[in-house]
Amino acid sequence: MAHATAKAGLFDCREAWASTIEALAAADERIVVVVNDSVGSSKLGGFQKAFPDRTINVGIAEQVMVGVGAGLANGGRIPFVSAASCFITGRALEQVKADVAYAGFNVKLVGQSSGVAYGELGATHHSIEDFAWLRPLTDIIVITPSDPWETAEAVKWAATHEGPVYLRLSRMPVPALEVPDRVFRVGKAEVMREGRDLAIIACGTTVHLAVAAAELLAQDGVAARVLNMATLNPLDEEALHAAAATGAIVTVEEASVRGGLGGAVAEFTASHRPIPVERMGFPGFMPTGSADWLFAEHGLSAPGIAAAAMRALARR
Amino acid sequence: MHMPAGTNDTLSLITAKALWMRRRAFQMVYMAQLGHPGGDFSAIDVLATLYFGVLRFDPARPDWPARDRFIMSKGHASGALYTALCAAGYFPESWLDSYMQPRSLLNGHPNRNYLPGVETNTGPLGHGFPVAVGVAIAGKLSGSDHRTFVLTGDGEQQEGSNWEAAMVAGHRKLSHLTLIIDRNRLQQGAGTEETSGLDPLDQKYAAFGWDVAFADGHDIAALHLALSAPPGDRPRCIIANTVKGKGVSFMENKANWHHGVPNADQFATAMKELI
Ligand SMILES: Cc1ncc(C[n+]2csc(CCOP(=O)(O)OP(=O)(O)O)c2C)c(N)n1
Ligand SMILES: [Mg+2]
Repeated sequence: MAHATAKAGLFDCREAWASTIEALAAADERIVVVVNDSVGSSKLGGFQKAFPDRTINVGIAEQVMVGVGAGLANGGRIPFVSAASCFITGRALEQVKADVAYAGFNVKLVGQSSGVAYGELGATHHSIEDFAWLRPLTDIIVITPSDPWETAEAVKWAATHEGPVYLRLSRMPVPALEVPDRVFRVGKAEVMREGRDLAIIACGTTVHLAVAAAELLAQDGVAARVLNMATLNPLDEEALHAAAATGAIVTVEEASVRGGLGGAVAEFTASHRPIPVERMGFPGFMPTGSADWLFAEHGLSAPGIAAAAMRALARR
Repeated sequence: MHMPAGTNDTLSLITAKALWMRRRAFQMVYMAQLGHPGGDFSAIDVLATLYFGVLRFDPARPDWPARDRFIMSKGHASGALYTALCAAGYFPESWLDSYMQPRSLLNGHPNRNYLPGVETNTGPLGHGFPVAVGVAIAGKLSGSDHRTFVLTGDGEQQEGSNWEAAMVAGHRKLSHLTLIIDRNRLQQGAGTEETSGLDPLDQKYAAFGWDVAFADGHDIAALHLALSAPPGDRPRCIIANTVKGKGVSFMENKANWHHGVPNADQFATAMKELI
């Protein structure tokens, strides 16, 4: 199989989100957006101009925003509720649990600028806990796109799927990934590279770093399989069985190392096949610093991931 | 009942501090190329009046139990808070240059574990006011005469937590609590009244059991009079009518200066205007 590669150039995936939701709304008048004074940060200026009546800005009121989303779904609409992921999950967590997941409304929660994109603004604005908060809500499908193409596909898929979805979007600049014969399949890990020595499982903004890390490892004669685990709920257990069969796993996410992708993989391996798992991500509240600085500090880079791979192999 | 108006000395000290704070905060935003200068500038006159004309505090003893508390609920305006705390003697001026740099104690939003004088962590809107209510209840329980002041944005008032806090404070007659609303009529993306209207704010707070007063949020004498009035028998809400970006012509009343940052020309223009 040919390997996935990263094309030159970097993109803000919010552009793909915005153009896709505008096109979808033009074709389906049930689609509405609900925002919390977040038209600009959600890149919905164009949407608001085209569909002023279908842009419901509730003001700075996230709990109301998610509840209103559930009500709009009850009224036959397809609401895309879009806000900074720290607030749509953290601030409105009980609404997400009770009004969206438990009630089972057809609400699409769109978490913008997830992870540490807000860098210097600090822990209140980081959204590294959202995976751990939402994973137990198994009625919500959780998708973390890795690049503009996957972002657009995820938005399109969410619009047609009947049921709660959390799209964890990013504005961190990422390259477009070139994957031969690429198809978007919810609930299925995407194999970015084959390899038998270990598996590197990433999602979102860290997928391209995992791809680059595998290239570094290949130079040292280590064949790493790279998986893009874009869907965290439900987890692709078949892919995890195969990954665990390599004997060592590295997980990489722009999220807390507790309870997210790494936590899910550790739960899986503990139950099915105990093997070394190195979890890369963030430890918790962190000192002030830019997103790039936080990535570098925590080894979220191709060399950092390659080093974690060597640690995992040494523990095997 | 009002205290006598501030002496000319007090008022000119506050005015001078406010000017220094505007210049210094804008320099911080310029250097970091990050920040919320619009909201810094609408709040600076209120903060300068509090720290240099109203609050009882001792920067050498930031945990003095009897200190008056100020809680910056609109934590995004950290440029205003940090310059106020610095001017008030809580930390050296050189620290301001580290604003939002790696490992800086001056995080984008205030963190009480980093800096003396910061009473609580803010940043998500609608958190400071409930904490202030708790501070006021604690004061009442211990029989302390210290006062608690909390500043929220006006857009911030759209968060329901504020109205829950207002109900508790009104019910418990927290006379030593003062809420100041920075009424600049703009939030992040647009005007408050076109987004989710707040008016009539005064009648809402009155209905929740509060004394309500308006003040020109850039008239130091009026602010001083309103903020230094002794406690009555109910919590007090002061609606400070302000201008977002106040003091710099190209920023005033412009939503895009909520988190806009200046280029070199704009910085130079602002420094010429802020004299
Ligand atoms: C819970 C929460 N939602 C959204 C935001 C993003 N945000 C930061 S400042 C702001 C606008 C605040 O407007 P206002 O309270 O009027 O403040 P000011 O005009 O004084 O800057 C928004 C929406 C936030 N910090 N917290
Ligand atoms: Mg405002």
